[in-house]
Amino acid sequence: MKEGKEKIELIKEGKRLDGRGFDELRPIKIEVGVLKRADGSCYFELGDNKVIAAVYGPREMHPRHAQDAKMAVVKFRYNMAPFSVDDRKRPGPDRRSVEISKVSREALDPVIMREYYPKTAIDVYVEILQSDAGTRTAGINAASVALADAGIPMKDLVSSIAVGKIGGEVVLDLNAMEDNHGEADMPVAMVSRTNTITLLQMDGRLEKEEFERGLKLAMRACHQIYELQRTALIDRYSESVDVGEGEA
Amino acid sequence: MGLEIVDDIRKDYVHDLIGSGKRVDGRGFREYREISVERDVIKRAEGSARVKIGNTDVLVGIKLEPGEPFPDAPDEGVIITNAEFVPLASPEFESGPPDENSVQLARVVDRGIRGSEAIDLEKLCIEEGEKVWIVFIDIHILDNDGNLVDAAALGAIASLMNIRIPNERYDLTGENTLPMRDTPVAVTTVEIEGNILVDPNFNEENAATSRLTVISNADGTISAMQKSGSGGLKEEEIVEMVEIGIEKAGEIREKFL
Repeated sequence: MKEGKEKIELIKEGKRLDGRGFDELRPIKIEVGVLKRADGSCYFELGDNKVIAAVYGPREMHPRHAQDAKMAVVKFRYNMAPFSVDDRKRPGPDRRSVEISKVSREALDPVIMREYYPKTAIDVYVEILQSDAGTRTAGINAASVALADAGIPMKDLVSSIAVGKIGGEVVLDLNAMEDNHGEADMPVAMVSRTNTITLLQMDGRLEKEEFERGLKLAMRACHQIYELQRTALIDRYSESVDVGEGEA
Repeated sequence: MGLEIVDDIRKDYVHDLIGSGKRVDGRGFREYREISVERDVIKRAEGSARVKIGNTDVLVGIKLEPGEPFPDAPDEGVIITNAEFVPLASPEFESGPPDENSVQLARVVDRGIRGSEAIDLEKLCIEEGEKVWIVFIDIHILDNDGNLVDAAALGAIASLMNIRIPNERYDLTGENTLPMRDTPVAVTTVEIEGNILVDPNFNEENAATSRLTVISNADGTISAMQKSGSGGLKEEEIVEMVEIGIEKAGEIREKFL
């Protein structure tokens, strides 16, 4: 995420370049159970971001010395497809993806009832197929739904979105253009039922007041995303338990 | 197995103490351990600082080398921040490629410096599109008694504040100094038993489920934040942690930078 040099006007007449208002999300599309082999999966679109998450487990933990005698270990792998960005991304983990994997896992850990499955591993794999800023938040949203789809006991879903500052304004859900030329970026993840923040990162430059306003904006959007995640899961599972109009 | 039990006992101890308003080492909740910053400790480095926060001991060294700029910023120098959790610093550290904790530490320190725009990257241009100074910030942990981020970030900015650009070594001419435009300072807090504690030591860090690092600038703006650990934080807690972070950063800046 390098800062662009040339000044681009990101806000014109109170609207963003893609026509959105300051507190408006990009369109979201969620599909549950899209992969056959995985125990749980989810396809998630946030504007031009396309990500897919798969969950395997609980299953045997390898290597064994990394097992936890008291609870399951969640392993999270965030990976970008080489073709997901303008300049081809070299395959394999880099420092950015190592960090994102860590904070994403820590964003999900608080809701997963890991103590039910001691000594096991729960593998969460997130693949970024197409990127337009906000991939880690899309990945967390997808992973959270995929975990539920895998039947992993959870206290709640986790919902995630970034806020940032562009053209002097605090706005919701930056796209790549806004992220590259903006002043600050702050991804947030939240557990809706308890309003608990499980991921918070920031870089750029923000006044304390702007930060507080941004956090509120993100939290409100997380509630919105939460409803979409719930609806997607309910839709998926009400189909499969449909027994018709009282016919045997 | 045995160690895990000892860990649990330690955690319980930390929690019990904090529940009754005390910390393991007798500090107040808003009190840092003793900080010391020693500059120019490595002769071969272009800038260096050794920072101690209590028993935590971190050495930061800066090296400058000419190299190629990024294509999208042909007239700007490059900052590369790296952290090594060498095994001498802690029984938990192992030799081998950097793990997620050292990657995270380096990236958070890097974002703090970048976000604050402390370094005027254009001043590091030697020949546009061809040659610029690459600034390597290397963080070497010597003793880990918790809160490595604050020590590393302080070491990084303290070292940067008196770097000498090694023009002669590469037969170049130009300014040998690089004044910093800002002084980002990191302040890490944890939440334990509903209390917010600054500068967690190793045992407190382990006992807490999440911590928040706030890096702020001389004018009180925030240049980086990072929540870490498998727990959650409430909005009010985060707001308070940010307030404490900005306030404590001011005190540290005044005393040590």
